[in-house]
Amino acid sequence: MDWEYAPAPESAAIGAIKDRYLPYIDGTFVEGGGDDLITYSPGTAEQLSTVSTVNGADVDRAVAAARRAYEKVWAPMSGAERGKYLFRIARGIAERARELAVVETLDNGKPIKETRDFDVPTAAQHFFYHAGWADKLQHLGLGADPRPLGVAGQVIPWNFPLLMAAWKIAPALAAGNTVVIKPAETTPLSILVLAEVIADADLPPGVVNIVPGAGDVGSTLVNHPGLDKVAFTGSTPVGRSIQQSLAGTGRKLTLELGGKGANIVFADAALDQAVEGIVNGIFFNAGQVCCAGSRLLVQESIAEELLAKLRARVETLRVGDPMDKNTDVGAINSARQLERITTLTQAGRDEGAEVWSASCPLPDRGWFFPPTLITAASSSMRVSREEIFGPVLTVLTFRTPDEALAKANNTPYGLSAGVWTEKGSRAMGMAAGLRAGVVWDNTFNRFDPAASFGGYGESGFGREGGPSGMAAYLDTDDEPVLPSSRSGRKGRR
Amino acid sequence: MNHLAVPKTYKLYVGGKFPRSESGRTYPLRDADGQLLANAARASRKDARDAVGAARKGFGAWSGATPYNRGQVIYRIAEMLDGRRAEFVELLTRGGAGASAAGSEVDAAVDRLVHYAGWTDKLPAVFGSSNPISGPYFSYSAPEPTGVVAVIAPTGAPLLGLVSVIAPILTGGNACVVIAAEPDAYVAVTFGEVLATSDVPGGVVNLLTGSSAEIAPHLAAHADVNALDLTGADAELATELERAASDTVKRVYRPRGTPDFATAPGTARLRAFLEIKTVWHPTGALSLAGGSAY
Repeated sequence: MDWEYAPAPESAAIGAIKDRYLPYIDGTFVEGGGDDLITYSPGTAEQLSTVSTVNGADVDRAVAAARRAYEKVWAPMSGAERGKYLFRIARGIAERARELAVVETLDNGKPIKETRDFDVPTAAQHFFYHAGWADKLQHLGLGADPRPLGVAGQVIPWNFPLLMAAWKIAPALAAGNTVVIKPAETTPLSILVLAEVIADADLPPGVVNIVPGAGDVGSTLVNHPGLDKVAFTGSTPVGRSIQQSLAGTGRKLTLELGGKGANIVFADAALDQAVEGIVNGIFFNAGQVCCAGSRLLVQESIAEELLAKLRARVETLRVGDPMDKNTDVGAINSARQLERITTLTQAGRDEGAEVWSASCPLPDRGWFFPPTLITAASSSMRVSREEIFGPVLTVLTFRTPDEALAKANNTPYGLSAGVWTEKGSRAMGMAAGLRAGVVWDNTFNRFDPAASFGGYGESGFGREGGPSGMAAYLDTDDEPVLPSSRSGRKGRR
Repeated sequence: MNHLAVPKTYKLYVGGKFPRSESGRTYPLRDADGQLLANAARASRKDARDAVGAARKGFGAWSGATPYNRGQVIYRIAEMLDGRRAEFVELLTRGGAGASAAGSEVDAAVDRLVHYAGWTDKLPAVFGSSNPISGPYFSYSAPEPTGVVAVIAPTGAPLLGLVSVIAPILTGGNACVVIAAEPDAYVAVTFGEVLATSDVPGGVVNLLTGSSAEIAPHLAAHADVNALDLTGADAELATELERAASDTVKRVYRPRGTPDFATAPGTARLRAFLEIKTVWHPTGALSLAGGSAY
């Protein structure tokens, strides 16, 4: 079959990429004291723009601005008024949606189809959803008058730059907190366009502060003594180190970390639908998704048939220019990430697994990795245990539902899982037994601000979205304590 | 002829049984006057690991029990405790409490258990949600137990404090390994006897006696422990344990002060050991529930 498509590129001019972007602190775009960083377009590996980064003094100023805004403006403001600002931001994102989609695709490398249809609209929806909570906190089931925490320090990853910004900023602001947020080093642009939307919405200065920089800025931020709350989305190793460094501070922490999601296909599944779900589970955003369905568990009796269908389907995926509206799988975000994916895939080969990649031609520039299936793998191999964070699917088989459950749960992670079966009771039974924060029955990679998202185990703690996501930004500690003068051991002995 | 008393040997409570410490070590428990009350087992790292293994087994049984059943079992603990009121009053008074305070403490502990017995079948209704997602899917979020919780039990109120930390953990469907407050071991182990006669499956609650400073770091670093309750740890130990817990991204509950167990408990402890799971299921393009969200 001929799958040739004529190129259908989106216009890069819509992104109106500037030569230089600045940190947003206390309501103003200011030059930061750190070294400039250059951001590249993963689809071409060419320089896209320059971003001024912050230093420690800038972080101090941002935290101080957030504190002032919290105390003087944002916390005293009525929830209804706070909500109106968030509604404005939601509208502002929608109005500049096409521009934001282009900026995101150029800076991140994911297909324009995804940024246009998912990242940007869902980001707007997050602000719209959380705007409505701002004057309804008493209905969260957390008491008559839940209080905000104060100043939140937030660090977000490069895989959904704008959407993660929305996930972090919207609930924090709705609850009455102010924020200092650091975008990822390789994807600082879309959040700085969001800063323009925020400024245009007349959000009071200091309520949102954006501090671009590398990992050292993130470390300075999360360890800043002026914070009341830290929220991090990223890798499990960094999450661990943040949890460790915050030990003893009493600062509220939520972590959304890595995963190795099991996607379980039973023999009675609708196979064509399952194939679509598997493809969506691992090739959405080129697998650079913490909740990707990166471990396929197939019931043995249908493994051969399913894999044949899957290979045929993967062969039809169009890999290439992220700006092309026909592209299914875009670029890998950075040379470093491409290197990691390459190394781990090679580790699978070295450990004796069979590695198969789609035969599609890859562009001769930019950072690309072909959709890849790893079969004949065992549960102990690195490709079955470690998060690859790329378009690489490891395939394992099982015989019984119990075995599927045991294999799926055999991971320190616990973020997502999928179940494919036409039998309702089995779907619900598996959903109950899977130790994962999100379970998709006969679907995968669905997200909505009304549905909470977050992990079990080493995938982190705390939720984003839904009522439980609001709890992450409120003081929910209602345990009565003795007055501090009476604290400590009672003098019984 | 006088009857020569038969004093109790205070052992550990692990996996529904009362073993001695594998280390063979003991330490003396003294009453308020400094008189020897009994020797208690001084649990070792190996005992802690055995307790985690037992808790993991207990977790399977307990988390799989129906909420109604869990509520009944917790209520049964209250019944058994109330039935042994006199014994606990005597233990608490020997530890130095006044008779009236000791009576109040036992009564409050019984009432605390009754309070939590009524929580087991309400958690999803209060902390979960039906999610109005914008697409053809049915979606809900519901709390589930975190798993195995290691607890440093508080000092001060030997029975009420212990019950107040264990009950919310059980209510959520978790299992626990509890390091009893060192001087209160006799109360803790006697409470173990209450648990053992209350239809609580073996391994759901495991009680270790000894030094929390010695045992707790092993539990905080243990990969099969999912969460820590640091209520009874002093500031220095608590921070050390929090640090150790980060290696396996454990949930940590550390009260912001000394809990006032005499008043209504709130829900923070209950929520600390619950995970929210969100499930999505397609409803198809053709909705039979015309007009409704699903």
